[in-house]
Amino acid sequence: MLIFEKSRPGRGCSTLPKCDVDVVWPGEKDKRELKLHMPELSEIELGRHYTELAKKSHGVNDGFYPLGSCTMKYNPRINEEIAALKGFTDIHPLQPEHTVQGCLEVLKTLKEYLCEITGMDSMTFQPAAGAHGEFTGLLLIKAYHESRGDHARTKILVPDSAHGTNPASAAMAGYKVVSIPSNADGGVDLEKLRAAAGEDVAGLMLTNPNTVGLFDENILEITNIVHECGGLCYYDGANLNAIMGEVRPGDMGFDVIHLNLHKTFSTPHGGGGPGSGPVGCKKLLAEFLPSYQVEGEETLKFTKAEKSIGEMKSFYGNFLVVVRALTYVMTLGKEGIPEASQNAVLNANYMMYKLKDIYHMAYDKTCMHEFVMSLTELKKETGISAMDIAKGLLDHGIHPPTMYFPLIVDEALMVEPTETESKETLDEAIQVFKDLYETAKTDAESLHNAPVTTPLTRLDEVGAARHPVLRYAFEQ
Amino acid sequence: MELREELKYAKSHEWVKEEGEECIIGLTDYAQSELGELVFVNLPEVGDEVTAGEVFGDVESVKAVSDIYSPVTGVVSEINEELLDEPGSINEQPYEAWFIKVKEVTAKEELLSMEEYEAFVESEKNQ
Amino acid sequence: MGSYVPNTVEERSKMLAEMGFSSIEDLFVNIPADMRLTDGLQIPEGMSELEVRRAMEKIAGKNQVFASVFRGAGAYRHYIPSIVKTVISKENLLTAYTPYQAEISQGILQSIFEYQTMICDLTGMDVSNASVYDGAEAAAEGVAMCADRKRKKALISAAAMPGVLETVKTYCYGNQMELEIIPEKDGVTDIEYLKEHIDAGTACVYIQHPNYYGNLEEAQAIGEIVHAAGAKYIMGVNPISLGALKTPREYGADVAVGDGQPLGLPMAFGGPYLGFMASTQEMMRKLPGRIVGQTTDHNGKTGYVLTLQAREQHIRREKASSNICSNQALCALAVGVYLAAMGNEGLQNVALQCTSKAHYLAAELGKIGYETENKGEFFHEFVTVSDTDTAKALAALEEKGILGGYPLDEKRILWCCTEMNTKEEMDEVVRVLKEV
Repeated sequence: MLIFEKSRPGRGCSTLPKCDVDVVWPGEKDKRELKLHMPELSEIELGRHYTELAKKSHGVNDGFYPLGSCTMKYNPRINEEIAALKGFTDIHPLQPEHTVQGCLEVLKTLKEYLCEITGMDSMTFQPAAGAHGEFTGLLLIKAYHESRGDHARTKILVPDSAHGTNPASAAMAGYKVVSIPSNADGGVDLEKLRAAAGEDVAGLMLTNPNTVGLFDENILEITNIVHECGGLCYYDGANLNAIMGEVRPGDMGFDVIHLNLHKTFSTPHGGGGPGSGPVGCKKLLAEFLPSYQVEGEETLKFTKAEKSIGEMKSFYGNFLVVVRALTYVMTLGKEGIPEASQNAVLNANYMMYKLKDIYHMAYDKTCMHEFVMSLTELKKETGISAMDIAKGLLDHGIHPPTMYFPLIVDEALMVEPTETESKETLDEAIQVFKDLYETAKTDAESLHNAPVTTPLTRLDEVGAARHPVLRYAFEQ
Repeated sequence: MELREELKYAKSHEWVKEEGEECIIGLTDYAQSELGELVFVNLPEVGDEVTAGEVFGDVESVKAVSDIYSPVTGVVSEINEELLDEPGSINEQPYEAWFIKVKEVTAKEELLSMEEYEAFVESEKNQ
Repeated sequence: MGSYVPNTVEERSKMLAEMGFSSIEDLFVNIPADMRLTDGLQIPEGMSELEVRRAMEKIAGKNQVFASVFRGAGAYRHYIPSIVKTVISKENLLTAYTPYQAEISQGILQSIFEYQTMICDLTGMDVSNASVYDGAEAAAEGVAMCADRKRKKALISAAAMPGVLETVKTYCYGNQMELEIIPEKDGVTDIEYLKEHIDAGTACVYIQHPNYYGNLEEAQAIGEIVHAAGAKYIMGVNPISLGALKTPREYGADVAVGDGQPLGLPMAFGGPYLGFMASTQEMMRKLPGRIVGQTTDHNGKTGYVLTLQAREQHIRREKASSNICSNQALCALAVGVYLAAMGNEGLQNVALQCTSKAHYLAAELGKIGYETENKGEFFHEFVTVSDTDTAKALAALEEKGILGGYPLDEKRILWCCTEMNTKEEMDEVVRVLKEV
């Protein structure tokens, strides 16, 4: 039941005292006429409503969450406690600098750590999410070329395996997107890249390992080709969990990167946000960074880049998310960061190894932190698709892997276990995958109807899109 | 796969009906079955120019967007607004669910007859 | 070293052995050796939980938490009912992914559907999305969604929040929309200028109401001018003010945006906040970002799904109108809980207390030489002018643990009052300033 349906006139919580000064009403011409229909519930009813909603949700704390390209790793509790300290939550963003030295220290310290981890020289925490970071990075590239009087660069190269935000961000930055086909190994086709690299190319957007979970060994050649034609290289940091502490994007030839703190750096997904997408860059782009940089040793202060592209949103970024990420990096430290990536890769390979005799792996190679299975054959034989297997997993309390992405693999299921799963959890999941395969062969019909144990069965998405109902309608 | 004798077909799976000076354009039965249940249509405006072989709109299913190509060059004289409310009619009656009417037609793509289109689709399926 | 990896070194060796590998190094063979880090990362060693807590508490201790806050300018200190924190701390909601798998995400989807409904109700609009990053980015997306093939110019009021102005400028640098600033006159948007400069190429006009100085704009008149020119009307509003002020709908807005931070989110040195975006039915498909819709399952039971996804980047890719992927889901949840906890009367109460206290403080400050510059009506922010140097005044307040208004220049201060400011606090401000 919706909260509005539980509402009863006159019920409520007693939150605020009476006004202790004379009440002033807005003038007639600006006074609200439309009736408000906010829910009217007592606190206990409110509490129960949200407890009910929480029960109908599934978080990392509920079970295995092998969503490829999302890095659903454990969200440490200490991060939550630190992010709730009044010394962080109760600070106004426009307080005088000498009263926020702690906040400035958070930004400066995490910037130093993340620049070290990624091989970058400077960083902004203003972007609120990965896509926001991509847009920021592309504007940096744009500003760079324009500052050199080069207005001929109108194109951004994006592999066909890329996440949808890559071309969308490029379009938002005013660029035309040129898709570069992947080769048979899922890597960038060097010949096609060479052919596309010209004086009208502003840059290349790439993630490495790529979206099929493989490290492109040609990476230096790739970034070289782009640099030689005068373009810059952008690194989509979504897959950093595979390589942090092992190799750095800055050493692969990338000029600008974004990170997803809500993926690699353990901050919680919150059901879809808030995240944080800091953008790091090499010196050549630092003068264009948006928002403020923190400088100083004993006394910290904000400075603004000379040729800053402006602001991506108000203030300095999703600060409490940055606090969580700093807490995490301080916890893991020098040895813990590479330990995380090593075990992310180990866990993924372990699962792939145990499933490869049954499921068709899209690429027969050692994977990195994630691997892709293709269910095309299974679909031909049994009619069971990637969607059906995914929905079948729901009946076993396992969140499905990423479905139908990347686009270059047909009937794709992308699995990313992360490093924070135990061997037993992996073994159990492997068994469930095997059981589902068996079911597909012997009782396909049952999987078509999956999930059956969840509170709701498959929802009518077609109806939802054809006749959108996007809000509750109050009786007027 | 349903086909209509009196229509012409484009390799990009649109059908064309020549009615006097105008061409009426829609999606074939094969196209709609491949696209799945359609939930929305993006149409051009009356007065817009369309060019043979180029995109004039798109159709959305729940999980995908597909471009639709104009088989002719001309000016849009009418758009089927009913499609905006009932995109499902493209799935149910593809040869009644027309998208646009084009006048002042100056060029056409290579259009296939019903038999030629049928053969073309078969060869595509076998690839 | 702190670690969240469950498997012990022995267990890892076993897993490797099963696969026929001897060390984890074998898994990284595809990375060219000359790229590998050999000396390890130059960052400090990891810490135990207790050590981390001490270190971070020390850092937090270097920030001054003011007992009394009279500063707004885009970030507002309101009372957050305790139930908000309880709800957003629930692990199932906190650690969940985006609800793409609808069957196991009904809790989150329903909470977003409720949020969307509440935003529509608050603003009077027909449709709301699931939220975007913040009010400034919402303004930028709002401007972008109004562009069409023939109209590419946006007019934006100089009296909007500086953060909004900057962000819209930056977004227009990307999408190539032409941006023109409507100057301010006497602390509000210069309507004459607007009349002269709006034309058939104008896609939209954006005003802030109340604006940066707290002033109420001629929102009705502006809306009429905008529509007469065939452009879209975007209003950036403070959601708390809508407890007592006319809604964007009533002024004729096509798009209503703003920052939801006042609705249950702490000031938090600037984030995470929340951008809300609501529009008329007509503009529904132009709204960026996630949207939740109601539907039924196979058994006819009501449920919720992410819908109209074909607008979004993961489907439309470079043809998407926005690249936005995440929303601020947990923040939207907090906003929903806040609105539910406050209820109709509570919201109106907050709004009235804000404006009443602001008027009280303005009057009292006026008595000691801090004249209110605002000529017309204001909501809960106002500007004072005085002969006293603002730095001196604010330093005196700071000494007493009071964060005074935001210094606009050496003579002018932008004050803000909310329900959190007691009469005693406001009298104290006056007492302190009198001495300066």
